[in-house]
Amino acid sequence: MKKGYFGEFGGCFVPELLMPPLLELEEACADILPGEEFRAELDGLLRGYAGRETPLTLCPTLSRELGFNLYLKREDLLHTGAHKMNNTLGQALLAKRMGKSVLAAETGAGQHGVATAAAAARLGLSCVVFMGEEDTRRQAANVMRMRLLGAEVRPVAGGTRTLKDAINEALRFWIAEQRTTHYCFGTAAGPHPFPTLVRDLQSVIGEETKAQCRSAFGALPDVVAACVGGGSNAAGMFHPFVADRAAGAVRLAGIEAGGTGEPGCHTSAPLNLGSPGVLHGQYSMLLQDADGQILPSHSVSAGLDYPGVGPEHAWFRKSGRVEYHVVVDAGALRAFARLCRSEGIIPALESSHALAWVLENAAALPAGGNVVVNLSGRGDKDMDIIREHMPDLCLPARTAEKEDGLCHRQ
Amino acid sequence: MSPTINQDGKGERTLSSTMEQAGGPRPARTLPPGSGQGDASVLTRRIEEANAAGRIAFIPFITAGFPSPAKFSAALRELDEGGADIIEVGVPFSDPVADGPVVEEASRRALAAGTGLRGILEELAADAACRRAPVVLMGYYNPFLQYGLTRFAQDAAAAGVSGCIVPDLPVDEDGPLRAALAARAVALIPLVGVNTSPARMRAYARGAAGYVYLVSVLGVTGERAAFADELAGAFTRAAGVFSLPLAVGFGFSGPEQLKNLPFRPQAVVVGSALLRFLDAGGSAADFIRKFFAD
Repeated sequence: MKKGYFGEFGGCFVPELLMPPLLELEEACADILPGEEFRAELDGLLRGYAGRETPLTLCPTLSRELGFNLYLKREDLLHTGAHKMNNTLGQALLAKRMGKSVLAAETGAGQHGVATAAAAARLGLSCVVFMGEEDTRRQAANVMRMRLLGAEVRPVAGGTRTLKDAINEALRFWIAEQRTTHYCFGTAAGPHPFPTLVRDLQSVIGEETKAQCRSAFGALPDVVAACVGGGSNAAGMFHPFVADRAAGAVRLAGIEAGGTGEPGCHTSAPLNLGSPGVLHGQYSMLLQDADGQILPSHSVSAGLDYPGVGPEHAWFRKSGRVEYHVVVDAGALRAFARLCRSEGIIPALESSHALAWVLENAAALPAGGNVVVNLSGRGDKDMDIIREHMPDLCLPARTAEKEDGLCHRQ
Repeated sequence: MSPTINQDGKGERTLSSTMEQAGGPRPARTLPPGSGQGDASVLTRRIEEANAAGRIAFIPFITAGFPSPAKFSAALRELDEGGADIIEVGVPFSDPVADGPVVEEASRRALAAGTGLRGILEELAADAACRRAPVVLMGYYNPFLQYGLTRFAQDAAAAGVSGCIVPDLPVDEDGPLRAALAARAVALIPLVGVNTSPARMRAYARGAAGYVYLVSVLGVTGERAAFADELAGAFTRAAGVFSLPLAVGFGFSGPEQLKNLPFRPQAVVVGSALLRFLDAGGSAADFIRKFFAD
C-alpha cells in the first residue's frame, strides 16, 4: 500500500511548503515513538498526570432494561474531560523531542484546544490555539480554560468561522512557523502522518478495553460502538480490534452525527451522506457540492461538527470491517438524558450519539451479550446546549432566545 | 466582450508608454483551433521573449469572478491588452489553505457570486482565440478532482488553458492530474518554496513544463515589505535544478521590490496587490500602468 494510504484513502495533499515539516514528523514518528524511553515517559504521563487507565464501567440499570451487558469505556474520566489528552500528551512529548518549542492546535468545541494547552503547560511548551470566531463565542468557558493554561487563543474570522476554518488557519500558521512549531493535530485525519500518529496514540483506548473485557467477562465484546467526527476516539477504540485476527467476530459500529435530520439541513455524516474528495490534506469522504466546494456541517455536538472524516474510517467502511450509522440530534439528546438518570453519568453529546445507536437498536443486539460504548468525553461542557434544547430538564428555563436554531439550511 | 481588441493591437497602442517598459508588441497567440490540445511550451516561450527584450516577465493573478463576474471579465481583457505575459486565473475554493486573507476573501466572494470551474472554462473558451496572453489556472485540487481529471484536461485545453498550478498537490500526489494534463499538452507547473530541498526540486523537475513557481516566503499569499533571507539561496538552488524559467511569487506589490532583490527572476507573479486594487474600484489597466510607471 502506498505510504500514508488506507486503501485508496489518505495521502498528503498539502502545499509543498508543508512537506518538509510533515516529512520531519514522519521521521520522528518512526525514530522516536517506538523508543523505550519515549514509551515509558508517555506512559508515566498518561498514568500519573492524565489518569489512565480509565475504567470499563458496567451499566447495571441500562443492562437490565436492554437485555445485554452495556459497558462504558470511561474516557470521560481522563484529565480535561475527554480522550483528547491521549493524543496531545503524545504529540507534545514528541514535539519536545523534536526540539520544537511551540504547539499549534485547531479546536472546534475547545476540548482539543484545552487538552493541547494542558499538555503544553505540563511540558513547558508555548501554545497557540486557532478557534473559529463563532466557536469562541459558543464555547467561552473553554476559551477561558485555554487562557488559564497559558495558551494564546486566536479567533479565526475567515470562512464559516468554525472548526474547518480553524484548521485552515492553523495550517497557514504552521507554514510560516514550521521551524519552531509542531502542529498538534486533534484528530485521526489530515495529511499523512497525522491519521496514523493520532490513531496510534489513541489506540490505548482499544488496548485497555480488550484487556478489561477479558478480565470482566473473559472474552472480547460482541459489539463496540464509538462516535465519529474526525474519528480519533473511534480509531483508537477500533484499531486494536481490527488489527487483532482473534477479534474478527467483534462487531464495530461508528456513529456519525446527522444534525436535525430534517430535509435540507446540514449534517456531520460524510461517511454515510458524503462523497470522496480532498480536504485538509487527505483524500477521504467529504460533505461537498457538485463543484467540489466544501459544505458547512452541523451537529448539536460541536465535537462532531466537521465536514470531513479520517481516511482510515473511509477505508474501514469501504472494506466492510466497520459499519457506520447516523444518529440525529434528538436521539443523542434522549440518550444523554437517559444515561444521566439511569447511571449517574453525564456524557458528552458526542459520545451520546454512540450510546443512542445502542439504545435505538437494542432489540437487534445480542441478548445476554456484551456491548461496549466508548464514552469519549464528559458532558459538563455541554450545559448551555442542554439548557437550550431540554429546558424542562433545567429549571428555571433560560428565557433568552435560541440563537440560530438547529437547522442550517443549505 | 470585444473579441477584436488584441487582434488589431489596440491594447498595445492604448498602453504604449507602459509597454515600453513592460515589453512591446509580441507575436499573437496561436491557438490550434479545435485540436483539443493545449500548448505548454507557449508559457516558457513568453517568458523567454520578455527576458530577451530585457525585462522580467509580468504574470498577474486574478481570482475568477472577483470583484464581480463582470469586473473579472473586464480585468482579464485589460490585463491581456495591457501586456501581461501570462495570466494566472484563480479557481475559487472554499478552503484555500495556501492563501492569505486577500485571496481567501476574493474566493469567498467569487463563490457567493456563483463562480465555478465549469463557468470559468466556458468563459475562457469563448475568448480563447482573441486572447494573446496564455492562461494558467491556479486552484486547489478538489474542484478539479470532482470535475473529473480527464474531462478537465480536455476542457481546459479546449479553453486555451496552457497550464495549471495546484497549490495543495505536491509531487508525491500529482500523478493522476499530471498524466491527464500531459495527454492534452497542458503544463502542471511546479510550486516550490524556500524550504524545498534539491532532491524534492529534482522530483518536480522530472515532469515539469511551462515555468516553475518559486514561493518567495515561508507563508501564504499576500503582500510583504521584505523577503525571507533564504530566497536568494532557494533561487540559486532552483536555477541549478530546473531548466525552465523561474517565476517568483507570493508577496509582490510593486516593482521597487524587484529592484531590491539580490537576483533577477525570469518572471514575477502579482496577485493580492492587484485584487485589492480591483476591489477598491481600480481597473486592471490602471494597475498595470501604475505597476510599470516606477
